[in-house]
Amino acid sequence: MTTDRSKLAFWLLMAPLLIWLVTLIILPHVGMFLVSLREKVGVREYETSFANYAVFLNEPLYWNTFARTAYMSIAATILTLLIGFPIAYYIAKLTRGRTKTTLFLMCLIPFWVSELVRTFGWMILLRETGVFSNALQYLGLAAGPVELLYNDAAIMTGLVYTSMLFMVVPLVTTLDSLDDSLIEAGYDLGASGFGILRQIVIPHAMPGIVSGCIVVFMLSLGNYLTPILLGGKDSLWFTGMIYSQFITRFNWELGSAFGFLLLGLSSLIVFVGLKLTGQSLGKTMVQT
Amino acid sequence: MITGIPQSSAFKWSYRAYVTLFFIYLALPLATVCAFAFNDSVFPSLPWEGFTWAWFFGTDAPYIGVFHERPILRSLITSGVVAFWVSLLAVFVGTCNAFLFVRHEFRGKSILYILMLLPLIIPGIILGISILVFSSTVANFLEDATGMWFDGLRPGLILVVLGQFSFITTFATLVISARLQKFDPSLEEAALNLGATHWGAVREITLPFLYPAMAAAGVVAVLMSFENFNTTLMLVGSDAPLTITMFDRLKLGSTPVLNAVSLLLIVVSALLGLASLLLQKRDD
Repeated sequence: MTTDRSKLAFWLLMAPLLIWLVTLIILPHVGMFLVSLREKVGVREYETSFANYAVFLNEPLYWNTFARTAYMSIAATILTLLIGFPIAYYIAKLTRGRTKTTLFLMCLIPFWVSELVRTFGWMILLRETGVFSNALQYLGLAAGPVELLYNDAAIMTGLVYTSMLFMVVPLVTTLDSLDDSLIEAGYDLGASGFGILRQIVIPHAMPGIVSGCIVVFMLSLGNYLTPILLGGKDSLWFTGMIYSQFITRFNWELGSAFGFLLLGLSSLIVFVGLKLTGQSLGKTMVQT
Repeated sequence: MITGIPQSSAFKWSYRAYVTLFFIYLALPLATVCAFAFNDSVFPSLPWEGFTWAWFFGTDAPYIGVFHERPILRSLITSGVVAFWVSLLAVFVGTCNAFLFVRHEFRGKSILYILMLLPLIIPGIILGISILVFSSTVANFLEDATGMWFDGLRPGLILVVLGQFSFITTFATLVISARLQKFDPSLEEAALNLGATHWGAVREITLPFLYPAMAAAGVVAVLMSFENFNTTLMLVGSDAPLTITMFDRLKLGSTPVLNAVSLLLIVVSALLGLASLLLQKRDD
């Protein structure tokens, strides 16, 4: 009797999970993959083939955009790490008590705000009639209005800004767990500041660095708002191509193939990153 | 905090300057958005034409404030409705998942756990298109088979709710599981010894213990739903949530009424964010 009832309870708990995962995650992705293998041969007539993937390979615009999205995302990840690391170290090791909490919160607050609002802020700052352009003219550094929007540097600024939190939080968490006496011992034994950073701090922070980098790379790769709004029409971001195949051209077959390629690249990076450092997906994600 | 290390004061000061610069960089875009909400000009840009409340309370075109701008108010309500359903569903499923993963051992548990985490690493836009493709396929099939219409499976609010729910549930599960793991099972056993039924013990002892985490998960879900853009973009129909309406306006160029909306969003999301932190703090 009791076993029957606990079995029932178990399946009642299992049902929502299975319904959620099967209908919203697994089946849609399998479906998308099948659609990406469809080739339109006539009105409502389809054949199974890799034609859509061939289109991707044969059209330089497509794979150039794909490669560009990938290396811009890598650049954004490295920049975010370089900018964020000193900040995380400062928060974790050089402040304490209330100052520490305040600084940490100040890092968090911008990321509770919609990405749209943050990007809008950068548009007002960077555009021709914007704050920076006026400031440069006022200081006499520019003769006329300067357009700082719609270029790769603007995209990069936006991407780094948008992802900063996901780098700083895991870094602060891992650096917090580094025992201060190890750093002091390093000094006492005569190591230079750089030596300590390279031999004590960075090895200890490695898990945080990896999980931060993975998340930032993923977010940059899948970002749509920042490249479109800050990069303008020629931003050439892969998510923009997926959108236009789906919504503008109504070519769902090619759009699905693009979607799968992006998903593949993103998963590959996550997988390689986790394998290289021997971490599990669960631990990495929970940290963030 | 490390104290016993000699550092040149030049290094210390440049480090501090860097940290200060960083926080200016963080605050600058948000501060700018807020400041221009009060500029008495029809463009959110310089020159500064003087202070005005018109972008909040104005009624005369082109100075129509947020509180009198119908399309924005309507999309605000749409966002609210979506956020309500998403957070309700996510907290419910998240709580079930927490009990399942914390309390039960079963075959395939680790695989299911990884599957449960997957939505975190799928880019939002791909989550959106995959659900769009799948639901349209199902709708086409059902319509061919039955001759009836299945509008709920076409782009629209139902799909937006499902799309956001599909990844927000993972966050809810993680937040609620973390709290359930800290629960002392002997409390529940005591209730059972005192004659409570199994469900009674869960309802009277375990669930109240979980309330702060469930509330925190709900707040986080509302926040994430309100600001979600990528997934929503692919699934939206004729009723647009706030972020979509704002995006369309931004592309066309708009009056500072957008700054006023953004200012309100910044205030509300900062408050909600702090609330969720406080709720989770009570866990410890």
